[in-house]
Amino acid sequence: MSGPSDYQPSNPVLQWIERRLPILNFAHGSFVAYPTPRNLNYWWTFGAILSFMLVMQIVTGVILAMHYAPNADLAFRNVELIVRDVNYGWLLRNMHAAGASMFFFAVYVHMFRGLYYGSYKEPREVLWILGVIIYLLMMATGFMGYVLPWGQMSFWGATVITNLFSAFPWVGDSIVTLLWGGYSVGNPTLNRFFSLHYLLPFVIVGVVGLHVWALHVAGQNNPAGVEPKTEKDTVPFTPHATIKDMFGLSVFLILYAWFIFYMPNYLGDADNYIPANPAQTPPHIVPEWYYLPFYAILRSIPNKLAGVIAMFSAILVLAFLPWLDTAKTRSSKYRPLAKQFFWIFVIVCIVLGYLGSKPPEGIYVIAGRILTVCYFAYFLVLLPLLSRIEKPRPLPNSIADDVLAKSGKAVAAMIALVVAGGLLIGGMQNARAEEQEAPPGNKWSFAGPFGKYDRGSLQRGLKVYKEVCSNCHALSYIAFRNLADPGGPGYSEAQVAALASEYKIKDGPNDQGDMFERPGRAADYFPSPFPNEQAARASNGGAAPPDLSLITKARSYERGFPWFVFDFVTQYQEQGPDYVAALLQGFQDNPPADFKLPEGSYYNKYFPGHAIKMPKPLQDGQVTFDDGAPATVAQYAKDVTSFLMWAAEPHMEARKQLGFQVFVFLIIFVGLMYFTKKKVWADAH
Amino acid sequence: MTIASSADHPTRRDFLFVATGAAAAIGTVFTAWPFISQMNPDASTIAAGAPIEVDLSPIADGQDIKVFWRGKPIYIMHRTKKQIEEARAVPVDTLKDPATDQSRVKEGHDQWLVVIGICTHLGCIPIAYEGIYDGFFCPCHGSQYDTSGRIRQGPAPANLAVPPYQFVSDTKIQIG
Repeated sequence: MSGPSDYQPSNPVLQWIERRLPILNFAHGSFVAYPTPRNLNYWWTFGAILSFMLVMQIVTGVILAMHYAPNADLAFRNVELIVRDVNYGWLLRNMHAAGASMFFFAVYVHMFRGLYYGSYKEPREVLWILGVIIYLLMMATGFMGYVLPWGQMSFWGATVITNLFSAFPWVGDSIVTLLWGGYSVGNPTLNRFFSLHYLLPFVIVGVVGLHVWALHVAGQNNPAGVEPKTEKDTVPFTPHATIKDMFGLSVFLILYAWFIFYMPNYLGDADNYIPANPAQTPPHIVPEWYYLPFYAILRSIPNKLAGVIAMFSAILVLAFLPWLDTAKTRSSKYRPLAKQFFWIFVIVCIVLGYLGSKPPEGIYVIAGRILTVCYFAYFLVLLPLLSRIEKPRPLPNSIADDVLAKSGKAVAAMIALVVAGGLLIGGMQNARAEEQEAPPGNKWSFAGPFGKYDRGSLQRGLKVYKEVCSNCHALSYIAFRNLADPGGPGYSEAQVAALASEYKIKDGPNDQGDMFERPGRAADYFPSPFPNEQAARASNGGAAPPDLSLITKARSYERGFPWFVFDFVTQYQEQGPDYVAALLQGFQDNPPADFKLPEGSYYNKYFPGHAIKMPKPLQDGQVTFDDGAPATVAQYAKDVTSFLMWAAEPHMEARKQLGFQVFVFLIIFVGLMYFTKKKVWADAH
Repeated sequence: MTIASSADHPTRRDFLFVATGAAAAIGTVFTAWPFISQMNPDASTIAAGAPIEVDLSPIADGQDIKVFWRGKPIYIMHRTKKQIEEARAVPVDTLKDPATDQSRVKEGHDQWLVVIGICTHLGCIPIAYEGIYDGFFCPCHGSQYDTSGRIRQGPAPANLAVPPYQFVSDTKIQIG
């Protein structure tokens, strides 16, 4: 294949291979000698970042699949056991989950770059359409991946999205049954989603190969939108683009690491820490953030079929961009009107995303409809119109000339627009009456980047659990041996063996075929107080007391704007513990006069809806502590909540410790890459 | 990639490139480690492989039982006087894998033979009280073991392995 390289290896073994399969010449031509425009900015590093993230997701995914079983009875527990028992399982899971979000974040930046600089225009139409195909495959892969943990949101998200296909007339219900493999989302659905989730990333790899090939045929676009004319316009890909991409990637890795190590549940939904329950729908079903704009569009249209068509059209319209925007000028840098409308479009997308997370009521519905019209108008009305009426600014003669001209206005304009967008979002926050009162904040020893569990508090909390809560609540993800693990209550092996032997564990059948009871061992899990869910309900007025192993991660409350922005920086993620501690202390003997308390329920200030089936569990003096801590409800609530936070995340200390080491390394590495990049590019500017 | 540097002494630019390359290499190695380590047995597997106690009192003279520990079959044989004498009578230097019978049992508990029931040839489970030595016979390729579990004939290279165990009392052992 003729290319920009005439590389021939000197080594005779390599020459032998090269003559039969010129792979080295191909690699050299494509990624070393390949001429890349010298005026590319950092928006162009996201292609390499995406390639890296695709490899990361595949590698972490294949490894997670070594420990996962796609069976409805096993999946949820499997994922928890990966996090708790597999060496570095917590790290691999966080990498894969955060990686999906980072993958989508990068793809949106990559797509918006394409929109702004006209990278979809002639001769890059096929390149662009291949990109739309990759995006669609990513959405399918991400959707199916989210179903696999088989939490509440997994199950109900799967139900909602598969039900979309029932909108199609005549064949709709048959299609849905075919997708489900049953009469509802169930085990067959989970099995096939796992198979396809494993398959599609490799299909993506194939389409990415075509995408890069198409790119190399046309050559890369550049911020000026002017094709390279002479050798002065380009630099060899290696080392210039390679090093610049690595620098961009290392900065991206800092953001990625922030999610993995310090805010692993920020982008997720607390409801997905509740095992899937086909009998109970969560109050708000919300997809992951990267689907929210399309979810908003879907819900804006009152007609079921039209909503589905609108949602899919919102993605497919992208494929028609090269024929909707026929302006001769590629880059919005030289299209003053298109540039402004582009930023407005970005804000429309962000606000649509925000609306997708809100319940479809009141002003949210009206705003959603207006913005859906704006979204489609941008593609179907505005861009074709601008192609005809806009007068572009004069283009530079060449890329080399463009490099010499400086422009700092773009950054300032972007910042101004982001601030405007933030205010817009804040302004749209309706003072919606909260069904749930926000619990008071507490100072938790495990909060913050250097948070640690207080061993004394964990041990006291275990005592409260054993003497009070364990009468009704199971703790089935904690084994006695976990009590001796580092980063936990810190018991010795002997203490663990003694504690375990106090419990009677059902075992068997023995050689006579009978079940029997034996003293517990370190490897056993805390036994459940009830043999099954029905017995639990029967003993508790119809409400089954939830397992407490994950309760501090399965509960949350809305922080609202702008708190959720500050939380990301301050690392506040203690919504769950604050809620649990508040609930335990939030019982009121005399409910407010206008509140009608149903028979058999108790009034709690912080429980959503205020009527809880659990009677007040804690009284002063109920549990005495060996270390002399006060025997008060407040102390019990704090200690048992700390203990339950440990139960939900036993490896938190290891996570934060490794995170600190990774950050130190990354910051040093970013510094080294920055100076390396400057040195490598010194001759090019 | 080519670096234009003076050949006499490393420049600041070379040091930077070397430092960056080293940092990238170190980062890659440390990142790769969790991906490899996760394949090692996880905490629940290790916990399930904890030592087990076996009660010997139901095992009569001349009987044997098979228990599982860490997924491996373990033969516990209550040897008869005759079997112990046969094992002790064999000259040690004629054995393919020389070992005295005394070294394969616990002192004072000579009648108890505890061996892992995996043929040291290619891993099949030998049958107890079979073969010409009244020990173990592996049906896969014909290895013959004696009443001390030592290889006497056949392709197996080594004696049946003895797992770590100790006597908790005269009638109870802890394996592992």
